[in-house]
Amino acid sequence: MINNIKSPNEAGKFGIFGGAYVAESLVATLEELETAYRQAKADPEFQKEFDYLLKDYVGRENPLYYARRLTEKLGGAKIYLKREDLNHTGAHKINNAIGQGLLTKYMGKTKVIAETGAGQHGVATATIAALLGLECKVFMGAKDAKRQELNVFRMELLGAEVIRVEQGTATLKDAVNEAMRYWVEHMDDTHYIIGSALGPHPFPEMVKDFQSIISKEARNQIIEKEGRLPDQVVACIGGGSNAIGMFADFIADETVDLIGVEAAGKGIETNETAAAINKGTVGIAHGAKMHMLQDEDGQLLATHSISAGLDYPGIGPEHSYLHDTGRAKYAYANDKEALRAFYELSRTEGIIPALESSHALAYVIKTAPTLDKDQIIVMSLSGRGDKDVELVKNVTKEGNTDD
Amino acid sequence: MTKEKIEETFKRLSDEGDKAFIAYIMAGDGGLENLESQIKTLEESGVDLIEIGIPFSDPAADGPVIQEAGIRALENGVSLLDILNTLAKIKDEISVPYVLMTYYNPVYKLTLDVFRNKAEEAGVSGIIVPDVPLDEEAELKNGLRGSDIAIIRLATLTTSDERLREITRDAEGFIYAVTVNGVTGGQNNYKEEVYDNLERIKRVSPIPVCAGFGVSNKTQAEQLGAYTDGVIVGSKIVKIFYQGREREIKDLIPDKKLTRVK
Repeated sequence: MINNIKSPNEAGKFGIFGGAYVAESLVATLEELETAYRQAKADPEFQKEFDYLLKDYVGRENPLYYARRLTEKLGGAKIYLKREDLNHTGAHKINNAIGQGLLTKYMGKTKVIAETGAGQHGVATATIAALLGLECKVFMGAKDAKRQELNVFRMELLGAEVIRVEQGTATLKDAVNEAMRYWVEHMDDTHYIIGSALGPHPFPEMVKDFQSIISKEARNQIIEKEGRLPDQVVACIGGGSNAIGMFADFIADETVDLIGVEAAGKGIETNETAAAINKGTVGIAHGAKMHMLQDEDGQLLATHSISAGLDYPGIGPEHSYLHDTGRAKYAYANDKEALRAFYELSRTEGIIPALESSHALAYVIKTAPTLDKDQIIVMSLSGRGDKDVELVKNVTKEGNTDD
Repeated sequence: MTKEKIEETFKRLSDEGDKAFIAYIMAGDGGLENLESQIKTLEESGVDLIEIGIPFSDPAADGPVIQEAGIRALENGVSLLDILNTLAKIKDEISVPYVLMTYYNPVYKLTLDVFRNKAEEAGVSGIIVPDVPLDEEAELKNGLRGSDIAIIRLATLTTSDERLREITRDAEGFIYAVTVNGVTGGQNNYKEEVYDNLERIKRVSPIPVCAGFGVSNKTQAEQLGAYTDGVIVGSKIVKIFYQGREREIKDLIPDKKLTRVK
């Protein structure tokens, strides 16, 4: 069965998922992008530049760290953390931003736009725009911008213009819509750096490609350290770029279980959740067919997660496909479990994880004790938690972590 | 018999040496109970064909006016199914053809089977789905095969000649020529390339071509109408209804007998 799981077909379909559900005006631009991307992929000079920046600018390869104290405390499977949190800008987002930033120059375009929820992808994009000399605008829901003032300043500090989106629910999904609208008007000189494995073809494939460095390294590292493949590979999932990057090189390894961990928010039984696969249904939005949280009339629902990076109603089309084929499993963790995991890793290993990554960690904490000591879990620690410290402080003060 | 209503309308207008004036309204903005009177107002103002907009939470092809109208409609609790049920009740009162302008997801969620039956019952002549380009049309087309509902395709400034030929081949109803690289409701001073593009589309298309996006006054409607078989006015009309200035609709409609396409 695994041999049948392929990258998308020419129309950008993963099974029934994906595609390019976009306005006719954008079709030519997406074709131009795909052509440039295929050329760049085959161009050794492009690859060389990408590899060079990943190494000397991002700081790759980053470690696969054996979390000894956490493993011993849980008393089950050995836990390894893929340290994306040690990247420049503090998360995996930079891998894709560099890839697409270089592609922007490859296409002869001079400007980039991006959407951002918490601000991580916005910061990554603003960073590479500064690095590559590109003009940068970041679309951010007005509500998110208010919640993440420091990241707004960080982007501005890097020379980007932050556009606060008041439309709709004034959150990430509306920032995506507004970025799309802006792109249609400015596609001649502007590339839209989508930050997750989402959107119309060829974005999901391209983002996966640029993020697959995570699993490429992790797979080599675990074989080097343990002489074998892991039993489970775990990653948190919002739109799905970190998870698809973490899964990519393990998909063909039949013995490896792939587990994406969604944000359940206040619980998947509530309406305040962001678990697109566990609670959603198939629909079409933001350019692709995917699982998403929607009402019975096909309107996207407002979502909730303590982690802004997972607070999005859809999920990348390839994840929908991996779910449907059974190749990957999608679990979930709620806000409180993520918070507890946030504290646990901080105190057990001296690593403050991003709240996004804390969801994957919550799953690992739950699962590791049920596995044998000779089993191995590799988890993507997708980002560091510095950005979340203030929020966690406030939530903890409110006493919300207890029950 | 509904699909043919579009053809008949364009045939009649062409015989009279006239162009179509197409108005867009957001169903449910101002309450679904007022849809009938809104349609009546449009008919009485001289509108030849009506696009009935379906509200959607994430309207990526629309500018602020239609976005906000959609939000108001959603706040009124209006769904695609409600709109189709309402149209089914009032269809005998409407004489001009009407088509739906909807993003794909509400249709997909309703399921194509249910949509098809309900849309036929509602007397809908066609459907315009801005986020289903030709490459993604197969599923929708299969779902509507054998029905009386035309799939109205869009062509834009960026559509290549080769693609334009594919779009206009087997096309139904009319071709919706998008006059700008942008969203609905922009402020426009149409440039020469727009007219060149309309001529290009008109040359290739075996069916009528109508121009829309950003048309907000009679002068623009006349200018674009000179190159096409009709014009579509959306945001401006949505705004007029919202502000209760319905009498101004007829002022948007060009006088009869515009110059034919050169």
